[in-house]
Amino acid sequence: MSARVTALAIIIGIVALGGAIGFLSAVRRKMDLEQWTVGNRGFGAVLIYLLMAGEVYTTFSFLGASGWAYSRGGPTLYILAYITLAYVISFFILPHLWEIGRKYQLQTQSDFFTLRYGNKYLAAFVCVVGVGFLIPYLQLQLTGLGIIVSLASFDSIAPAPAIVVSVVVLTGFVLAGGVRAVAWVSVLKDALMVFAALSIGIGIPYIHYGGVAPMFAALVKLKPAHVTMPGATTNLGHTWYISTVILTAAGFYMWPHAFAAAFAAKNSETLRRNAVVMPLYTLTLVFMFFAGFTAVLAVPGLSNGDLSLLTIVRSSFPPWFLGVIGGAGALTAMVPASIFVLSAATLFAKNLVRPIFMPEMNDFQVARLARIIVVALSLISLYFAIYSSATLVSMLLLAYSGITQFFPGVVLGLYWKRVTMPGIFAGLICGVATVVFLSLSNRDPFYGWNAGFVALCLNFLVAIGLSLVPPTQRPATECLP
Amino acid sequence: MPVRRPSAFALLLAAIPFVAMCFTVALWDRVEPLIFGLPFNLAWLVCWIPLTTMCLWGAYRAESRRERMRNKEDRTRP
Repeated sequence: MSARVTALAIIIGIVALGGAIGFLSAVRRKMDLEQWTVGNRGFGAVLIYLLMAGEVYTTFSFLGASGWAYSRGGPTLYILAYITLAYVISFFILPHLWEIGRKYQLQTQSDFFTLRYGNKYLAAFVCVVGVGFLIPYLQLQLTGLGIIVSLASFDSIAPAPAIVVSVVVLTGFVLAGGVRAVAWVSVLKDALMVFAALSIGIGIPYIHYGGVAPMFAALVKLKPAHVTMPGATTNLGHTWYISTVILTAAGFYMWPHAFAAAFAAKNSETLRRNAVVMPLYTLTLVFMFFAGFTAVLAVPGLSNGDLSLLTIVRSSFPPWFLGVIGGAGALTAMVPASIFVLSAATLFAKNLVRPIFMPEMNDFQVARLARIIVVALSLISLYFAIYSSATLVSMLLLAYSGITQFFPGVVLGLYWKRVTMPGIFAGLICGVATVVFLSLSNRDPFYGWNAGFVALCLNFLVAIGLSLVPPTQRPATECLP
Repeated sequence: MPVRRPSAFALLLAAIPFVAMCFTVALWDRVEPLIFGLPFNLAWLVCWIPLTTMCLWGAYRAESRRERMRNKEDRTRP
């Protein structure tokens, strides 16, 4: 069997197995909206762990962590810090969200805003901003998938057909099994990903330099500035590091899908315990850094840093292993992509279409509409991924900063009695506008600070300021005879 | 709807990883000394990942103790 056929067969086998697991997870379960979106709030510690790990470790962590280590050097360390600290923040937020979610039957992020602030337009705005920023993220998963599969199969499948096949499979299991299917496919995905990360992270430095320590010794000798900040960049220094870590740690669970995943837990205790253990999974990423740093020395001068990992893997490992990497990479894109599609579709149907346009819809009709939107969203992202436009990728840089603007609404909503709807609404609009303006006018970083962090500070100021302004109208109306 | 605030002890424990992994970056962002062959900044962060888990475990213990005591009070109240 030639190298191509071996690699290709393994990739197809892994994707087919993943799809089968997804379908089987839904067998003999009644798929109403509650089961489909939040798994009847019945996920124990293991499934919740897999769901959350499944949606967090995306192709971006696969290719991005090593890619940044390669192209930027030191600043890439922010990834280790922000993911770990995000779990610290989640410890204080998610268990409370779950309690409220169960009490009031919340299923989406916008549901929380509707409940807390009692304004359907604020909730719809949260929905539109959330979905708007999810789409570039989704597109990026699919583009990443195309790259991984075509490189790992020795170019025997072009990116476009790989993307089409995987979108068909993932749409299928999302329609059939909802969030439960996503969590179960994640079992296979995470097992393969940990295996791939460990063998790449240890194997590549070993093959090229005889180990991790000799590799770093060589790197430090040759390019001592590469491993500290600002590394190979000019503007990603310590101020950028601190502001970016705070911003992204706060934004982590503000992604609509990550937020809603909390509702699937069996109880708040599960989420609290989960937050304690989750940081350890971040250690996997360290191995991706090893691969990226090795590539600096072994395959210098690549124009696209994101390809550094696959380039070096292809020149170091046998074909069957490339097949495993390709399959793992494909699932690493498909699992997050499926939960993005699921959350975005539910948000759209439940928090935008129903409250604003068709208030007479019942839950059954919402569930049906959400399924139709799943198919529509898959087609849209398929189109973008194949006819990839540069604007969407640059939009992703906005996305994290934009998503984080929900943070004040959630945290103040949970912990501060006096916060008001106008304060949060105005703060959110200011925050999102600032992010869009600073990023589109190329002012990120803004005097060394992450632009999203600047926007978040402004957002907080406006939200707190407006909430503290005494409601002047009320006494006046009360004085009327 | 605002929920019960976490205890000061839990918040303090949670603040430790923030200080260690984020605010003090200027103190540990250097190559030397290499720890087990890793640059110092990378080794520092890798080390703080399990330490963060330990801090959160402490916070978890504190919070659940508080919860239990609250539940007991609720039961004894008429």
